[in-house]
Amino acid sequence: MADGMTDKQMTDKRMTEEDVVAELRDGMTIGIAGWGSRRKPMSIVRAILRSALSDLTVVAYGGPEVGMLCATGQAKKVVYGFVSLDSIALEPHFRAARQNATIEAMELDEGMLQWGLRAAAMRVDFLPCRAGLGSAVRDNNPGLKLVASPYSDDEYLAMPALKLDVALLHANRADARGNAQYLGPDWYFDDLFAMAADRTFVSCERIVEPGGFLAEGPESSIRISRIFTDGVVEAPYGAHFTHCVPDYQRDEQIQKEYADSAKSPEAWADFRAKYIDIPEADYRRVIGAAQ
Amino acid sequence: MSADERSEGATVRDVTLAEICAVACAEAWRGSGEVLASPIGTIPTIGARLAAITFEPALVYGDGDASQLGAPLPIGAPADAEKVVEAWLPFGNIFDIVWSGRRHVMMGATQIDRFGNQNIACIGPWAKPKAQLLGVRGAPGNTVNHPTSYWVPVHNLRAFVEQVDCASGVGYDRAKAAGPTAQQYHHVHHVVSNKGVFDFETPDHSMRIRSLHPGVTVEEVQELTGFALVVPDDIPTSRLPTDDEVRLIREVLDPDNARAVEVPDQ
Repeated sequence: MADGMTDKQMTDKRMTEEDVVAELRDGMTIGIAGWGSRRKPMSIVRAILRSALSDLTVVAYGGPEVGMLCATGQAKKVVYGFVSLDSIALEPHFRAARQNATIEAMELDEGMLQWGLRAAAMRVDFLPCRAGLGSAVRDNNPGLKLVASPYSDDEYLAMPALKLDVALLHANRADARGNAQYLGPDWYFDDLFAMAADRTFVSCERIVEPGGFLAEGPESSIRISRIFTDGVVEAPYGAHFTHCVPDYQRDEQIQKEYADSAKSPEAWADFRAKYIDIPEADYRRVIGAAQ
Repeated sequence: MSADERSEGATVRDVTLAEICAVACAEAWRGSGEVLASPIGTIPTIGARLAAITFEPALVYGDGDASQLGAPLPIGAPADAEKVVEAWLPFGNIFDIVWSGRRHVMMGATQIDRFGNQNIACIGPWAKPKAQLLGVRGAPGNTVNHPTSYWVPVHNLRAFVEQVDCASGVGYDRAKAAGPTAQQYHHVHHVVSNKGVFDFETPDHSMRIRSLHPGVTVEEVQELTGFALVVPDDIPTSRLPTDDEVRLIREVLDPDNARAVEVPDQ
């Protein structure tokens, strides 16, 4: 901290899940970072599920957050390379939404999704790639166009920018100013989600004091600069039941309860009542985590 | 098995079909050189690691998470198992490797057709599928950027179809129709099933029997396939694991016999 600067003068981006939801609007395009059932910002997602937000477009390497937003009907459209719970390969709530055609879908190759976020992050309309050529992705997304190379006879797929209104991330650690640290083996594409979005909100297991990151992990693990973040939520077990290594592994038992809740509207209502329609402090109690 | 049997070398009697399949998967990477082997599934994972520690020593493989390994882990090793880490391979790096072409993936296939189009996305019409599956995942990009093989643990008419419902992985006919940029690095290499090994080394790249596992007949495999396979005059029997390979599979790579879950013992 610079000499003479008070805490008040320092940027303090701390907020709650409900504060994040208050920044969201119907019809927004929301990118949700993490990967499958791994390090998803579930406490913010649960707050969205409790809200009246609607007509959302969700962009994700999808896991349970996609299925939940389908189950509540809040997702109007999903942009994805896959939706999976990892240890349970197929996401039952997402499957139901697809099979009943209750959502619009933009199904992409995983690399195309990365490229779309990268293009948005670079503020260009598109990036060329080979991925997608020849596959059903082109048939199923007639809006995707080709682009001729100005240098050769090659013709690439022009992956359009996937511009996000908001990105939601969950990190292992963050500071109050919005820098974020990843202590697990993979930060997936969290950085790209943050850079592709107009505004980014990051939840974390624990907020560290200024200068506290290096006691947690090496400098290279502080992946996201506050340049790209707008709000920080301290959310212990905020990724639960997805995993957030090394802080905790996936809770396979609750994930299975979630998957089973797709079997009937009553089962889903029970799951909601038990795990979603409660304050986060109660959630931590229900899962048996220490306060 | 008794020591006497082992001294005679592996025989059809004492190796399992899962082990024959693992070796058939390993063979898909023969000659790959220093590229990343990305196996999806238990038996392809055993196969990739087996190839890397025997006949294809330059082959690069990971732990299925973010580590490139210098020595194989057994299937089902706990998350905190000690491992020899050679390099860091988070998904971002893996995508870079895909774009570079230095990779050979072996994916699963809910459906696969005559020209090697693969489907893992959905069954039925895409707009309102009868069954939504995973989504196309990395298949579109894999198939046009680097060699791709497939593993189908149950060879039947539901998997080997005349035409896939959603071409996730690009086959030879679709690559050709898409043009030279799609064809440039496109190569569907082998399809390994519980009945045999298949390739596309035919004039029009339609699927050919490369070898059949011991005891499998052409008639049987054709009956289980929804299109006419190209049948060469001389069909070899898929090779059996060597004594050393049997030992490596059973003692080092898969001591808990997870392979039998994917391909049950006969």
